[in-house]
Amino acid sequence: MNSNFLRNDMVLMAVFTLVVLTMPIWLAPIGAGYPDLLQKIAIYGIFAIGFNILFGLTGYLSFGHAAFLGVGSYAAVWTFKLFSMNVVPAILFGVIVAGLFALFIGYVSLRRSGIYFSILTLAFAQMSYNLAYSVLTPITNGETGLQLSQGDARVLDHALGIAQSGLPTPSFFGMEILGWSGFYVCAVALIIAFFFALRIFRSPFGMALKAIKSNQNRMNYTGFNTRPYTLAAFVVSGMYAGLAGSLLAVTDPLAGAERMQWTASGEVVLMTILGGAGTLLGPLLGAGIIKYFENIFSAYNERVLHDVFSGLPNGLEQIVVSFTSLFVGEGWQLTLGMLFMLVVIFLPGGVMEGFRRLTKLFRRDGPQSPAGAAQPAE
Amino acid sequence: MNDIVLHVADVDKSFGGLRALSNIDLQIEEGKTHAIIGPNGAGKSTLLNVCVGRIVPDSGAVIFNGKALTGRQPHEINQLGVARVFQTPEIFPDLSLLHNVMIPAFAKRDGAFTFNAWSGLVRESGIRAEAESVLEDIGLIEKKDLEAASLSRGDKRRLELAMGLVQHPRLLLLDEPTAGMSRHDTNRTIDLLKKIKERGMTKVIIEHDMHVVFSLADRISVLAQGRIIAEGTPEEVRNDPKVKEAYLGEAQ
Repeated sequence: MNSNFLRNDMVLMAVFTLVVLTMPIWLAPIGAGYPDLLQKIAIYGIFAIGFNILFGLTGYLSFGHAAFLGVGSYAAVWTFKLFSMNVVPAILFGVIVAGLFALFIGYVSLRRSGIYFSILTLAFAQMSYNLAYSVLTPITNGETGLQLSQGDARVLDHALGIAQSGLPTPSFFGMEILGWSGFYVCAVALIIAFFFALRIFRSPFGMALKAIKSNQNRMNYTGFNTRPYTLAAFVVSGMYAGLAGSLLAVTDPLAGAERMQWTASGEVVLMTILGGAGTLLGPLLGAGIIKYFENIFSAYNERVLHDVFSGLPNGLEQIVVSFTSLFVGEGWQLTLGMLFMLVVIFLPGGVMEGFRRLTKLFRRDGPQSPAGAAQPAE
Repeated sequence: MNDIVLHVADVDKSFGGLRALSNIDLQIEEGKTHAIIGPNGAGKSTLLNVCVGRIVPDSGAVIFNGKALTGRQPHEINQLGVARVFQTPEIFPDLSLLHNVMIPAFAKRDGAFTFNAWSGLVRESGIRAEAESVLEDIGLIEKKDLEAASLSRGDKRRLELAMGLVQHPRLLLLDEPTAGMSRHDTNRTIDLLKKIKERGMTKVIIEHDMHVVFSLADRISVLAQGRIIAEGTPEEVRNDPKVKEAYLGEAQ
C-alpha cells in the first residue's frame, strides 16, 4: 500500500480483512457459522459491492445485473469443462466475459438515463434469461443447467496429468474446494473486491462518478464527457457481478438460467438499498442480512412453528401458527418485503444511516470514540 | 484592436413563431469584459446558450478562437476553454464545496475522460491547493468541507463562479452572476470580477443590475427583441437615445 492511501483506510482495510476471515467464529453463535451460508454472504456481498459502484456512486439503477452474474457462472463452468478444474482461470474467464457482456449492454443502455435506462437493462437481462433457457441450449444446457461431466475435455488438466476419478471438484492448485476452503476462496475474493471498491471510492474517478450522480448536466458543462464514465462504472460493476457468478460456480460447479432471472436482479437492488446505497460497507451488510434471514426464515415450517408456540392454548396456537407461517418458509419473501418497506420509509439511507444516527447519539452523550468498522465509510 | 476571442456571426434562432435571435453579430475582444443587457425576453440567455452548445442556431455560426462551436457537445466546448456560470446555480449539491471546485480543475487538467480509478484523491495536493485558493478568493474557504446543498442561494452562485474560475478559461460566460445576492455579496463579487479582469480573463456578462454592468463592462451590447440595437463603451451606451427608449428609460 502506498502513500496515497489514507491511514484511516488502511485501518479500515485491516479491520475488514480480520472481520471477514473470522466470520466463521463470530457468526457461529447466531447459527450462521457454516460454509454454505458464509460463502453465499461473501459472494452476494461482492455482487452488491459491484452493483453499488453503478447505482450508489453513479446513480444509474440497473435492473438487469443478474445477467452478468449468470454469464460469469456459465463462463466459469465452461472453463472447468474445457480447460482446467483450477479455480483461477475459471474466475478470470468469468470476470472477463461478464465485463465484455457488460460493455455491450452498457453501451446500448446508457444512451438513456433514469427509468428508461432501468427498463433497457431489465429488457436485456430478461432476453439473456430467455436465450439461456431455450435458444442457446447448446451453450447453456437450457432447463437442466450447465453441469460438469466425466467426458469433459479439460485439456490443461489432461496435459498436466491431473486426473480425477469420478466427477472432478474445483481446486486451487491441488487444494480441493469443498466446505471451508470454498468459504476462504470467497472470503479472499471479497477482501480483494472490497479493496478495489475502496480505491475507486477514494479516487478522482470515484469523485467524478459521485458528481455525475449529483448533477450530470453540470458535469457536461464542466468539460467531462460523462458517457465513458458511466460506461466504465457499468463495466466495472458487471465484472464484479461476473466475479460473484464465477464464485457461485466455483463453490458449486453448475450454472442455471434462473440465476439470470429478474428476481435475482431485484435482489441485489434490495441488498444495496437495505444496507445503504452509496456507502462502502452498506451493500455488503445488506447482502449479509438478506442471505442470513433467507436462511433462517426459510428453514421454518409449520412443524417447527407448532413447537415454538406449543405453550399456547390449542385454538390460539392454531391461529398463531397459521398466521406466522405466512411469513416463514416459502413465504419468507413477505418478511423481506416488510423489512424492506420499513427501512425505506424510516431509514432511507439503509442500515448504514442507522449506524450514523447511533454514533451521533453516542457522540452527544459520551466522549468521542472511533467506531472502527462501523464508522461510515463516506 | 485586440484579438477576437469569440465571434457570433449572423446567428438566427426561432422558437416556433418567435424570433428569439435575429442577425446577431457580436465580437468579443481578448481580455475585455463584454456585457449584454436588455429587457426581459430580449434573447440574452438564448444567446449565451447558443455559445455553449445548449441551443443550436438555425443559421449562422459561433466561432471561438478560430474554431466553430456550433454543433459541438457542451463538454467539447468547455475543453476548448469556454466556461459558463448559470443563472440558477448548477452545482454538485451532494458534494463538499472543495470537491465542487476540484472537479472542474480535474476536467481542465485531465481532459474529458480519464480512468484514474487507482490513484488516490489524497495525493492530488496540486488540484486541492488550486481549489482552495479559488475558494479563498471567493470567500468560501471556511465552508469548504460543508455539503454544497447547505449553502444559501447567494453562496451557491459564488461557488459556481469559483467552479468557472478554477479552470482559468479563455472565455468565461456569466449569466446574471449577482442575481439573488445581497448588496454586500454583490459588491464582493464585483470586486472579485475586477480582480480577475486584471489577470486578463475575457468575460461575457449578462446582467440586469446596472450597477454591476457599469462597474465592470468595457463594452456593452444592448439586446431588444432579439436584435442588437446598440453597442459601444458604457458611456456611449448610456447616452444612446435608442437604448434609453428601449431599456434604461423603461427602468426609470
